[in-house]
Amino acid sequence: MTEFVFKEPSFLPEEMLMLRAQVRRFVETVVIPQGDAWEVDGFVPRAIFKQMGEMGILGMRHPEAHGGGGLGPMCSVILAEELSRSSYGGFASSTLVHTDMSISHIAKRGTDAQKKKYLPPAIRGEKIGAVCVTEPGAGSDVAAIATRATRDGDSYVLDGAKTFITNGVYGDIYIVAARTDAKAKASRGISLFIVEKGTPGFSVTRKLEKHGWRSSDTAELYFEDARIPAENLLGEENAGFYGIMDTFQDERLQIGAMSAGQCSKAIELTVDYVKTRKAFGETLWEKQAVRQKLASLAAKAAAARALTYEAAQILAEGRECIREVSMIKAHCAEVLQEVVHGCLQLHGGTGYMIGTPIERMVRDARVLTIGGGATEVMLEEVAKRM
Amino acid sequence: MKILVPLKRVADPDNANKVKVAGTKLETTGLEWKPNPFDEYAVETALRLTENGAATKQRQGEVVVVSFGPKEVEATLRAALATGADRAIRVDVTDDKLDGDLVARALKAIVEKEKPDLVLCGKQAVDGDSNQVGQLIAEYLGWPQATFAGSIKSEGAPGKETALVVHREVDGGTINLKVTLPAVVSVDLRIVAPTSVKSVYTADGFKYPDGVRFAALMAIMAAKKKPLVEEKIETLAADTALKIEYLGFELPAARKAGVKVKDVAELVTRLKSEAKVL
Repeated sequence: MTEFVFKEPSFLPEEMLMLRAQVRRFVETVVIPQGDAWEVDGFVPRAIFKQMGEMGILGMRHPEAHGGGGLGPMCSVILAEELSRSSYGGFASSTLVHTDMSISHIAKRGTDAQKKKYLPPAIRGEKIGAVCVTEPGAGSDVAAIATRATRDGDSYVLDGAKTFITNGVYGDIYIVAARTDAKAKASRGISLFIVEKGTPGFSVTRKLEKHGWRSSDTAELYFEDARIPAENLLGEENAGFYGIMDTFQDERLQIGAMSAGQCSKAIELTVDYVKTRKAFGETLWEKQAVRQKLASLAAKAAAARALTYEAAQILAEGRECIREVSMIKAHCAEVLQEVVHGCLQLHGGTGYMIGTPIERMVRDARVLTIGGGATEVMLEEVAKRM
Repeated sequence: MKILVPLKRVADPDNANKVKVAGTKLETTGLEWKPNPFDEYAVETALRLTENGAATKQRQGEVVVVSFGPKEVEATLRAALATGADRAIRVDVTDDKLDGDLVARALKAIVEKEKPDLVLCGKQAVDGDSNQVGQLIAEYLGWPQATFAGSIKSEGAPGKETALVVHREVDGGTINLKVTLPAVVSVDLRIVAPTSVKSVYTADGFKYPDGVRFAALMAIMAAKKKPLVEEKIETLAADTALKIEYLGFELPAARKAGVKVKDVAELVTRLKSEAKVL
């Protein structure tokens, strides 16, 4: 059995290496043996979230006062890379949406009361988070969202629809973006709200069937006169767009790390395959074209990963890094496509068969050039800063 | 109960094909290292013996881990501290200046200083597979020993454990031994099964998750603050001359291709005439 992993960046402290070792063992001993069952079920069991909660990996960046680890962006990168090495993109996305893309909104901009109420059960894996920005009519163009939140006494009333919401079917805590000022410039009239599962008027209208990521649940949601207490406003009113953009930085950085983890696993599986598969009297590995193809893919993946760790380090030092994070989102997810497709090609017909991990990995990888800001949108973000 | 657990780091067995032979030495530069799995089982066993399985955050004894090697083996020790061990000792020396006998004699000196009730070790390291250290320490200390433990139950009053009942699998059954403390015990794979270890603190019927526990993030961060001291091999052993000399290393021969047989009759014939197993 081949193991192909990238070298540790020299600037990682010992505790980050220990964290990686723990997550890797968790993935190998707990996740991989059960992943196929979750793909069929369409969700990750709550017991798994609770186990990750016990390991302290569901709130590593959340404040220590509320049960989190109080750490910086590097731990998110390590978590995303190692969970992605499971080869189950759905499992990884379900977990990372919870930790770094939804509940992180509360950790970053919630009131003390909101943090006290929502963070501890989320960090323990008892309550799972979802983030609801995308709508049938608004994806990467966040400012175009149409869901409304109307102030009415001590409440806000939400009306509108959300779609492609990861953890949307079985989640508990929903971070919802809605328009609070119809007159303001599109990006200046959006606010964020915490909506709990079971709020009257809030419903899951559809469990969506996806091309990949089948072990995560994805929903279409509907809000019709959904009344939530005014204290569930998250951050300042009409400042939601900036909160979304800020959290997008975490998400995009993690997509670089997810790509790195998926690349290393895909290459590992393929090296293993071509070293045993024979054609025309020798193993595929003995054919120079095959092994050079894999070496080339490995080099591209290693370079993309290096950019991700570099950006994480810059962010950890508190320096601004939007251009590089946009590059990561645009570049790493595209490199991933080349890697998984190249790896499937080297698997031959076997790679096209359901049940072969690389077949699933190709499907799981596909969404990463879209979700969290499509490649085309990301390249514009880079270009704006050139 | 106070337990001393010797730990060894070994070249990552998953990448054993990267080990290069250089004359009478193994080339170790560039290798990835992992804790010896049996030693990890020993740490897990030591933790289970010094806690109530239902309330693992509260320690009911002390576990001291010790390893031999250069500065980098501190990573192995820190990992053990992160899973729950209380203190660590690193004996500063390089692998080429060690053999099992010297390790056992140095450990004897540490035992005389630390005065543990139990030395708990893995049955062997998966690199050299020598399987000597545990037995040698017991001999040098004059302590009772039980090797290849598949399960352990401690006896006596909490904080005043007096003996261990140790089960060891043998062909066709189990040997049950009772060793009075202080003692030396080496552990086998099955020791980390859910009910293999029972301390005097843990309720009957309690089940652990299978395998070695995960270190929680908080414990990883806290491990940085746990004591880790350095000792010199020269101060632990008066005579550091080695008794074992390695004359050479060879890689195992590559596997030969198998043979396809037409039918059962041919298989039986070949098993008789070529394999000579029938």
